[in-house]
Amino acid sequence: MKLNLKIWRQAGPNAKGRMVDYQIDGVESDMSFLEMLDLLNEKLIAKGEEPVAFDHDCREGICGMCSLYINGEAHGPDRLTTTCQLHMRRFKDGDTITIEPWRANAFPVIKDLIVDRSALDRIQQAGGYISVNTSGRTVDANTIPIPKKDADNAFDAATCIGCGACVATCKNASAMLFVSAKVAQFAQLPQGRVEAAKRVQDMVAVMDAEGFGSCTNTGACEVECPKGISLSNIAILNKEFILAQTK
Amino acid sequence: MTLLKTSVAKKVAMALSGLFLVLFVLLHLAINLTLIYPGKEAFDAAVEFMATNPFIQIMQPILFLTFLFHIGMGIYLEWTNKSKRSVKYVNNNPGAASSWASRNMIWTGFFVFLFLIIHLFNYFVPFKTQDVPDHYELVIRLFKNPYYTILYVMAFIALGVHLSHGFQSAFQTLGTPREKCNRALDITGKIVAVIVAVGFSAIAIYFYFN
Amino acid sequence: MSTINIKEGAPLKSHIPQGDLPDKWTTYKNKIRLVSPANKRNLDIIVVGTGLAGASAAASLAELGYNVKAFAFQDSPRRAHSIAAQGGINASKNYQNDGDSDWRLFYDTIKGGDYRGREANTYRLAEVSGSIIDQAVMQGVPFARDYGGLLDNRSFGGVQVSRTFYAKGQTGQQLLLGAYAALNRQIARGKVTMYNRHEMIDLVVVDGHARGIIARNLITGELERHSAHAVVLASGGYSNVYFLSTNAMGSNATAAWRAHRKGAYFANPAFVQIHPTCIPRSSEHQSKLTLMSESLRNDGRIWVPKKLEDAVALREGKLKPNDIPEEDRDYYLERRYPAFGNLVPRDVASRAAKERCDAGYGVNKTGEAVFLDFATAIERYGKEQAHLKGIKNPSKEVIRELGKKIIEDKYGNLFQMYEKITDDNPYETPMMIYPANHYAMGGLWVDYDLQSNLPGLFVIGEANFSDHGANRLGASALMQGLADGYFILPYTIGDYLADYIREGKVPTNTPEFDEAEEKVMEEINFFLTNKGTHSVDYFHKKLGKIMWDKVGLARNAQGLQEAIKEIQELRKEFWKDVRVPGKANDYNPELEKAGYVADYLELGELLALDALNRNESCGGHFREEYQTPDGEALRDDEHYAYVAAWEYPAKPYERYHKHVNMSDEILHKEPLIFEFVKPTTRSYK
Repeated sequence: MKLNLKIWRQAGPNAKGRMVDYQIDGVESDMSFLEMLDLLNEKLIAKGEEPVAFDHDCREGICGMCSLYINGEAHGPDRLTTTCQLHMRRFKDGDTITIEPWRANAFPVIKDLIVDRSALDRIQQAGGYISVNTSGRTVDANTIPIPKKDADNAFDAATCIGCGACVATCKNASAMLFVSAKVAQFAQLPQGRVEAAKRVQDMVAVMDAEGFGSCTNTGACEVECPKGISLSNIAILNKEFILAQTK
Repeated sequence: MTLLKTSVAKKVAMALSGLFLVLFVLLHLAINLTLIYPGKEAFDAAVEFMATNPFIQIMQPILFLTFLFHIGMGIYLEWTNKSKRSVKYVNNNPGAASSWASRNMIWTGFFVFLFLIIHLFNYFVPFKTQDVPDHYELVIRLFKNPYYTILYVMAFIALGVHLSHGFQSAFQTLGTPREKCNRALDITGKIVAVIVAVGFSAIAIYFYFN
Repeated sequence: MSTINIKEGAPLKSHIPQGDLPDKWTTYKNKIRLVSPANKRNLDIIVVGTGLAGASAAASLAELGYNVKAFAFQDSPRRAHSIAAQGGINASKNYQNDGDSDWRLFYDTIKGGDYRGREANTYRLAEVSGSIIDQAVMQGVPFARDYGGLLDNRSFGGVQVSRTFYAKGQTGQQLLLGAYAALNRQIARGKVTMYNRHEMIDLVVVDGHARGIIARNLITGELERHSAHAVVLASGGYSNVYFLSTNAMGSNATAAWRAHRKGAYFANPAFVQIHPTCIPRSSEHQSKLTLMSESLRNDGRIWVPKKLEDAVALREGKLKPNDIPEEDRDYYLERRYPAFGNLVPRDVASRAAKERCDAGYGVNKTGEAVFLDFATAIERYGKEQAHLKGIKNPSKEVIRELGKKIIEDKYGNLFQMYEKITDDNPYETPMMIYPANHYAMGGLWVDYDLQSNLPGLFVIGEANFSDHGANRLGASALMQGLADGYFILPYTIGDYLADYIREGKVPTNTPEFDEAEEKVMEEINFFLTNKGTHSVDYFHKKLGKIMWDKVGLARNAQGLQEAIKEIQELRKEFWKDVRVPGKANDYNPELEKAGYVADYLELGELLALDALNRNESCGGHFREEYQTPDGEALRDDEHYAYVAAWEYPAKPYERYHKHVNMSDEILHKEPLIFEFVKPTTRSYK
């Protein structure tokens, strides 16, 4: 099929960017969205132009490296789908597709469609862990039974891939879904309770300092999240945060 | 203000103030309904009660401050949140993932705020500063003005839209367990929104036509 | 016998401690030298890669007090490809009371590796496996649990116990995030300095010891010198030498290969794992292949039609899989291997699929796919659920619905992924699968200390060669990566570093660093100024095709010799005709790829050479000349019970613009001595 692409091109962090139009032919419906961009880049290189820079790695929807705001939505129109798992059968011959980088001041553009998401790492460094050193002498893994429901909920929260779609899609560029996923994972496990109060306060403080907006519960993050991280996690974060004030 | 240092604390404060205001609005609606049933006497009695009851007198400045806080914080949050994305999307389709009401709290709120000012000048200021001979009459008279009634109805529709998101959002912010309460809160929120919007509007329309 | 002349060097010593197998590791730990906390503060360690092995090592070393610099080419350590591991992690906990033990895990692993692994390493791996689970649970890794709140297990290929711990189909993700969290804690403490979006391009060797690296900042293009008292490579495997593999797009062999050029031996490159259950390739433009977890073989049954005409009709789309009646289906794994059935090891399952497809029974357009069918499992679970729920005489639909629910709970994310890629609903129609490159058992040679022949260079995880022999069992990669990083390297590296407590910072303004950086720069400049006509991918795809066709699932001497020749030609063409756009001092993925492919073009040839040298079949290495009458691998313990460790033939920098002959690599043998188990013919019948 033939497509019209409108892609954000920006040479560097401080350069001025703009949308550039490309026409691409020979796109097959079995291709993934990123393979379509590979094809475009191949053609650009052959013409001596600079290829479009975009982040990607595992191409199976789990590493969280790929991003892209496609036709006004994070990771494109499909639900529970990362850009790398979005396939071209979703589009029709002659479609126009706009492709933009994640937009948030906390995610400055590095080049073209690549943004710097290291702020998410810094939030995790503030408390996204249980303080346990490596030791061959921790207690046996089955010492503390954990109700299946708690373990399952913790798992669901822990499946966040840190792609930043929640921030990209939120009208406030808030990272609450991302932060809450980690807070909620540990809050629901006995091992994580010990540091629960400190964790939530530290992570929220860094989240604010990194320049993310605040949550207004629009719920867009949950809808656009490729892993279906639930808004419940934000409620859990809020509860943990309020409880932490009483400690 | 250190208590309100973090974004989450600010949100909690918004939620609490919002819920307090919901209580006030519902009380206000209850009083207004007496305009229609039982009627003038009951309404006058309610006005009398509101004007003299010591508890209400204490609550009045608190309510006033809560309004100011909720509005001020709302504007502040919206303004800071807006500043978190300096470069906008060329093509954005937020409607795919969230409701209009949730994204436009500032505008529904702003509209209610404008109305509130007019409302205060129309009712509250005369109540407080002048010797209003007949409160009932003052209310009814204003509803005979079609522009006022239209503005009034629109304001309460805006408030309804505001509450349709705000009510359950407040509980979410207060950390109510979602999987257990979400549906109930969502439905309650919508019901409250409809009661407020329809309740106030109906009174205005009733008196416009009668 | 092939007619190649291979130069042989001195045999290698693995430094395995004396004593009974179960005592070796304890004895070793009691005897090694320690570094005091005060001295650890003065020692620097570089860790390249932040997957399971790298992240766990970096975190553990920093906890001990060393100063760690960690490097990842991705934008965050959390994105390393360990994250994509699906099925699970083995540990000999024996929670299921099914007779598991350290010995059995060891035995299964060494047998699964077709007796080409090192006994002592493999036993140690089994020994620490339980601690990994304990550690992960303490870190808050949400493993699957049963209703009693205890940890659940499942089975993987090549074993007859349930020892695999899992977190749905995302076990690698959860374990990596656990290690990432531990790493973050040390970054916050300032004990780990994290260098994201950095690629190691060269190893710096000073007086025969690894003392630093040259890294390229992938955003600015700047070359950086980093020094340390030891360098740990945790940079993963080299499956992408095949172009299409289940590895991430960025997974590459450059760190390992450049270390090889600087003198580190590369062991058993021919041992690569071709995973039996991947989504078949569909188009020319395909950039990677996607794995469907081996755990699916717990419940899925693999089959092709019995009749050739049915296979033809399937390929032409005239027949749907569900149209073929039970009696016309060939469940070939169950037929050939009744004892293990669909859960035979990966190499066996992959070859069996290829055998059926080569015989014309392939079921998709390309003829390169077999079915993985869940209908039986859905029915079985459905009946079980109906019984549990007390439904009397349930209808077929009710059974299907109940059964589907169980399958969804177990493999929901995998089924969803399959549907996204293929547009087929695997609950309704069987999955189609085909083998694909997945894992490299081979890698840099290390001794028992996980130290390469270059002192100060340690290699952990998939990047080393040590524990899996000629074939890795499912759910063992996560185990090995974490065992190395959490529980082995932190001990062994201390024994080496004890000699350098007085050394002070390693300077970076030395001739060794100068030379390394200069040569890297030279290579970059070459690429950017070479006025070629073909993109890097053009060469990579060509190499991949040679590798898959001639050095893939089944190999023979003639094909391997052809492959070597073709790769040599391709390499010449590459250096003449490659075209790399962009600038040196900018984000330039094409330039990164050019470096990777330059390395693959050498590694690929060495892989073929190693395969040609090994005149036997074992594990993932199948030479058509060496098979039993019924098509099983035929090992030659008399001549090939050794690790083949290859030494780079030329001076490290002679490669630029020049043709290095990989056939000049020098072979060092490490004899494999089996003191405790007796190599037998591997049988899963």
